[in-house]
Amino acid sequence: MGAITIQHYLALSAILFFIGVFGVLFRRNLIVIMMSIELMLNAVNLTFVAFARYTGTMDGHVIAFFVMALAAAEAGIGLAILVMLFRNRTTVQADDLTLMRD
Amino acid sequence: MEAIIFYILAAVAVVGALLLVSLRNPLSGAFALVSALVSLAGIFALLNAEFVFILQVLVYAGAIMVLIIFTIMLLNLNKEELREAPVSPIRLVVTIGLCAACAFGVMKAFGNIPYLQGEIAEGFGSIESVGALMLSDFLYPFEVISLVLLVAVVGVVLLAKKAI
Repeated sequence: MGAITIQHYLALSAILFFIGVFGVLFRRNLIVIMMSIELMLNAVNLTFVAFARYTGTMDGHVIAFFVMALAAAEAGIGLAILVMLFRNRTTVQADDLTLMRD
Repeated sequence: MEAIIFYILAAVAVVGALLLVSLRNPLSGAFALVSALVSLAGIFALLNAEFVFILQVLVYAGAIMVLIIFTIMLLNLNKEELREAPVSPIRLVVTIGLCAACAFGVMKAFGNIPYLQGEIAEGFGSIESVGALMLSDFLYPFEVISLVLLVAVVGVVLLAKKAI
């Protein structure tokens, strides 16, 4: 266990991001897909903060704050759409929502 | 010491993320995600990002996850609605392979970043200094974000109403 460098943080962020990508690609439950997107946004935040720490500037912290604000807006609108969808179609499975396809 | 804390927090974050994408019940997944987000907050603290650490706990692990968990509980899905269509093992292997290959490539590319010293000034990442930066250099993005949040609030109210 040597010293922790920026590469460690970036590797963790890459792993978390692609676990999120896997969730979006593989899962069919819309709630889980939304939470995977939140996970991906957090992984990106980790990259910003790690670079901010290792370049000694704080711009990354401000951008991480903006990403969090956007994630909050996304979560609110996404969940409102989800509730609407469930009210009209009584499903949260992406496979059952094929109105635009057929 | 930093290494031990980092590896513990990173392990919790990765396990939480893996549980999120693998558990069938979205509520269990949400709690796994909360644990991942809290350990990410610890990693932000490890990176001297005091302001982002506080926001992560308050906004992410607090507000956003409470919103998601409330929605899951309000929808009150039964077993039948939670079933996911069975997936072919080929699709599983291809998706895992694709994600693992991409993650490996990205990590390889990150390895080319030159060694950064990481000298930081006094008060780095404190609420005061980040706030001063946010309201000087980033003033216009800050105003645009407030507009985005306003539009989101109006949009959510319109969407959630039964009839317009």
